[in-house]
Amino acid sequence: MFLSSSLVDRIFGWIVRGAGWLSVSILGLITWFVAWESLPLFQKVGWREVFGAKAWYPLEGAFQYGPMVLGSVLSAFGAVMIAVPIAFGLSLGLHFFWSRALVGVIRQILGLLVGLPSVVYGFWGLVTLVPWINQWQSPGTSLLAAILLLGGMILPTMTLMLDQSYARIDRSAVLAAHALGLDMPRTFACVVLPHTRPALGAAISISLGRALGETMAVIMVAGNIVQVPSTVFDPVRTLTANIALEMAYAMDQHKAALFFGAFLLVVLNSLVMVGGWLTRRAGEGVHA
Amino acid sequence: MRCSLGILCLLWCARSLLFAAPAQEQKLMVTGSSTVAPILLELAKMYEKQHAGVRIDVQSGGSSRGVADAKQGLADFGMISRDLKPEDSPLEGFPIARDGIAIIVHKSNPLKAIQGATVKQIFQGKIRSWKELQGADKPIVVINKAEGRSTLELFLAYFGLKNSEIKASAVIGDNEQGIKMVMGNPQAIAYVSIGTAESQAAIGAPIKLLSLDGVPASIAEVTGGRYPLSRTLNLVAPKPVTKSLARNFLDFVRSQEAEPVIKELHFVPIVVPR
Repeated sequence: MFLSSSLVDRIFGWIVRGAGWLSVSILGLITWFVAWESLPLFQKVGWREVFGAKAWYPLEGAFQYGPMVLGSVLSAFGAVMIAVPIAFGLSLGLHFFWSRALVGVIRQILGLLVGLPSVVYGFWGLVTLVPWINQWQSPGTSLLAAILLLGGMILPTMTLMLDQSYARIDRSAVLAAHALGLDMPRTFACVVLPHTRPALGAAISISLGRALGETMAVIMVAGNIVQVPSTVFDPVRTLTANIALEMAYAMDQHKAALFFGAFLLVVLNSLVMVGGWLTRRAGEGVHA
Repeated sequence: MRCSLGILCLLWCARSLLFAAPAQEQKLMVTGSSTVAPILLELAKMYEKQHAGVRIDVQSGGSSRGVADAKQGLADFGMISRDLKPEDSPLEGFPIARDGIAIIVHKSNPLKAIQGATVKQIFQGKIRSWKELQGADKPIVVINKAEGRSTLELFLAYFGLKNSEIKASAVIGDNEQGIKMVMGNPQAIAYVSIGTAESQAAIGAPIKLLSLDGVPASIAEVTGGRYPLSRTLNLVAPKPVTKSLARNFLDFVRSQEAEPVIKELHFVPIVVPR
């Protein structure tokens, strides 16, 4: 039987649209479920107690989320701030400076690192990074350890995304810039960088999402104390670590409290995505 | 061919729907402590495999739920992670295992033994440097357990502390994590299940189990009932246990057959000869 190409197109369109709506509705259902499961907390404890709490002792009836939201935000944004410049340097080297053999090896290594399970990073952090930080500032398990570890985890993805974005730059534009007598720094500033802006935005949003969602590795190095850190050497607890640490034995309002933590995480992640979308739109506006 | 296969499948499904319910299914209900629940879950699985038509439902919800359910007859057995109290009076206790907590430090730490009062002061943040315990002039890294863990519960109850009084520098989830953290930090002190600590130390993990109030932290001392920071895990039921299935299951839980399962979960089995 022969199907007309327009019919095939239409069927394919439906499938794609269906898949899109399916993922949106799954996200919606997850949000709804998490919100629903956290309701008992507010029925039993009350909004004012939850938002006015001074500490996190769920079995003693104190539910304070602020330090954990801050812990998640600081560790994720800190990781991105460390990873962005390094990823930039690495990707420029890969695309413009280094020999083909070296580039091949480094790309292979980065590809391997992207696929490495986070527990492996976490274990390395626990036996190497934490004792190292502990040498100058006890206890070693700290916000700094979490930032460095998460930075290391998102660095390979970020580098490879930037690296690929350079491939889209018209080679002749770079050559023309050279021919016009522009030096290397200026070529980067005027030709290369403007082209990488969308890729950089995408890389940052994806990395932030990964860093905010990372759990096992962070549990191993962050120390998991619920407090507002006064220096980077203080231990912090992230929202994800809180859920993983306490969910196994939580009951009743403690369980609901953990679900509310998950709800806050969903909200935080949505904010990051919306923020990324807004900056990208603003960036396009400047270009047009 | 394909069609007849499909019909066969349909017929088979219909048959199993119609005749699936066995003539009589025997059921046992066990509820209570989340510390004891993993043991009972494993043993129930084994027992169900050996006895077709038996279903054992294990639900956790804390020792107090175990007692309440057993008293009201909602459960055949309640699980409690403590010794029997006078309030439990109409119920009879059946000890199935013992559980102990070891205070551990890094192997390079010169400390060999510790007093309970000192442990309490360290975890309250009143003793902050190893120097005060004849060690190096380095801060003590206190590792606490996440809220809801039964190890934390026993530790707090034993030292008469509230979790909010503990000044920890790190919080961990399970025993393995605590051991790994002590392995990586010569200044750390933590408390973990004795079974886990002993087996990890035996395979060469650089940790040391401290004697507590003069009693070495070991499975042997827990079994002998001498180690102070320990407790008995009990099943409770209204006496006498009349249901034959309940009697049989209880015998199984305290038999030599169940011993390796309980050891696997890092508890000390209590075997009662039949």
